[in-house]
Amino acid sequence: MKEITPLPVSTETVARLQKIAAQVRRDIIRMVFNAQSGHPGGSLGCADFMAALFFEVMDIDPDRFTMDGIGEDVFILSNGHISPVFYSVLARRGYFPISELRTFRKIDSRLQGHPATAEGLPGVRIATGSLGQGLSVAVGAALSKRLNRDDHLVYCLQGDGELEEGQNWEAYAFAAHHGVDNLIVTIDYNRKQIDGPLPEVMNLEPLHQKLKAFGWHVLEMDGHNMAQIIYTLEHAKKLTGSGRPIAVIMHTIMGKGVDFMEDDHRWHGSPPNQEQFERALQQLPATLKDF
Amino acid sequence: MSKYYPAYDHKPTREGFGEGLYLAGKENPRVVALAADLSDSIKMTRFKREFPERFFQAGVAEANMVGVAAGLTIGGWIPFAGSFVNFITGRVYDQIRQSVAYSNKNVKLAGSHMGLTLGEDGATHQNLEDLALMRTLPNMTVLSPCDATQTRQATLAAARHSGPVYIRFGRPKWPVFIPEEMPFEIGKAQVLKSGNDVTLIATGHMVWHALLAAEMLEKRGIDAEVINMHTIKPLDREAVLQSVRKTGAAVTAEEHQKAGGLGGAVAEVLGEEQPVPMARVGVNDRFGESGKPEELMRKYGLMPEDIVQAALRVLTRKKP
Repeated sequence: MKEITPLPVSTETVARLQKIAAQVRRDIIRMVFNAQSGHPGGSLGCADFMAALFFEVMDIDPDRFTMDGIGEDVFILSNGHISPVFYSVLARRGYFPISELRTFRKIDSRLQGHPATAEGLPGVRIATGSLGQGLSVAVGAALSKRLNRDDHLVYCLQGDGELEEGQNWEAYAFAAHHGVDNLIVTIDYNRKQIDGPLPEVMNLEPLHQKLKAFGWHVLEMDGHNMAQIIYTLEHAKKLTGSGRPIAVIMHTIMGKGVDFMEDDHRWHGSPPNQEQFERALQQLPATLKDF
Repeated sequence: MSKYYPAYDHKPTREGFGEGLYLAGKENPRVVALAADLSDSIKMTRFKREFPERFFQAGVAEANMVGVAAGLTIGGWIPFAGSFVNFITGRVYDQIRQSVAYSNKNVKLAGSHMGLTLGEDGATHQNLEDLALMRTLPNMTVLSPCDATQTRQATLAAARHSGPVYIRFGRPKWPVFIPEEMPFEIGKAQVLKSGNDVTLIATGHMVWHALLAAEMLEKRGIDAEVINMHTIKPLDREAVLQSVRKTGAAVTAEEHQKAGGLGGAVAEVLGEEQPVPMARVGVNDRFGESGKPEELMRKYGLMPEDIVQAALRVLTRKKP
């Protein structure tokens, strides 16, 4: 954070994105309750970032989605279990009908428990869920853009717990070695994972220094400060083309927006019951039309 | 020397891969290659030299290499990710399963130094389970060509095929006997010699041994049919059934565990469609060891004589 001079972000932009993020949070709770399964914690924590990414930061065209994504930015979700937030922003951005969010995790749905390409859901370019694989794919997609002389960017979101998978560190080394500098990777650092607080399960610190030592530009941001998300990612864009990949450590609160879910690892992968559902929705009034 | 298919050269099947990869790269500028520190061992040398901008060194990090290959398909590239069989299959099974097969990406996985004939490096490197691992994955095509010429053809076919492909080939010099003009088609088995008494179905290096076995059987008055099953998946079920309906007995031969590979695939077809006496020549549920390729093939029962013995056994079980 100290490296970046805050750029002015208009209050209208912030308000517009916050309104979307609020509805995305409501979508997440309704989807997970409806399916009685899914991962609300990390999804809620990434709602602000995902709204900013899909509605402000990325250059994308939902009406003409192609697997190849040539001439537009490409997004890879590595921590596939936060599919609720991914599906919500995709639907809200127009990739597929909002009503389809009702089918999340149900039989015959395109909205699989973890994102998949097999059912042809627009917006999804790789299956993820088994952790630690998305970054490698994003690096490949970025190399692909370079070979295609396509100056658009590849964005990737990773969870912090999945950084325990060694493949990520292979990918960090590869990306730096090959100067993959059209890639912006955000790490959701909520410090919670299924078995408990991340520092107890497997310490990740000093993360900033580790990534830096691997040869990456490293930025940090508060994942719940919309203006900061925007200007940090805009700053990250300015760092592309400089020979090094870019990582953004995003500090978030698991379960953000629902008081009894906040900062509690037990909400990593559990659905609310009826009473909890109602309490959650009281805190998340609809800002757009519900699905 | 087989009288049916005289060997016109001796060279490793991996050289056929190297030639095929180069030709694929020349034919299609979208073909790219990745290696995990074994690019010369697996004969990517010429591709690397001719198309340096399309070659990526991944270091000794196969999991990431498979993911990067999957990512390269997003944007229309056709990546060949190669290493030794052990490191490009078993070591990275879940990366292949999720990022390649389930995601149905146009990635070509190239496994060199297959089976026991890898030789002196021993069991750590002698993966004998790759066919089983790869053929049970939905969307995956599995190629197992028999000589350098066919490996070149199969590599080109893999590049032209749309979808995930696994292709395996070997390290030692091996007879080259497939005529240049013999067409290669994925999923279409080749009847190399027709016969009426027993069907020998072989893959990879073992096709040569099956041809030699057929000659040895002929001296005993047994007329064997020899099928080169260069595609393990999709298996050419019709070729198997057509042959055993004529011969009434089958022997499979592969440089792989008896379980789950070619023998397993053929047994599935015969069990469901046309039960006939059958035997599998392969490694019998154990790991390999260090040694010279021929010593290993002898010790582990992969010689032409082993195919002959298996054929004689199934013939005694054949209904008169």
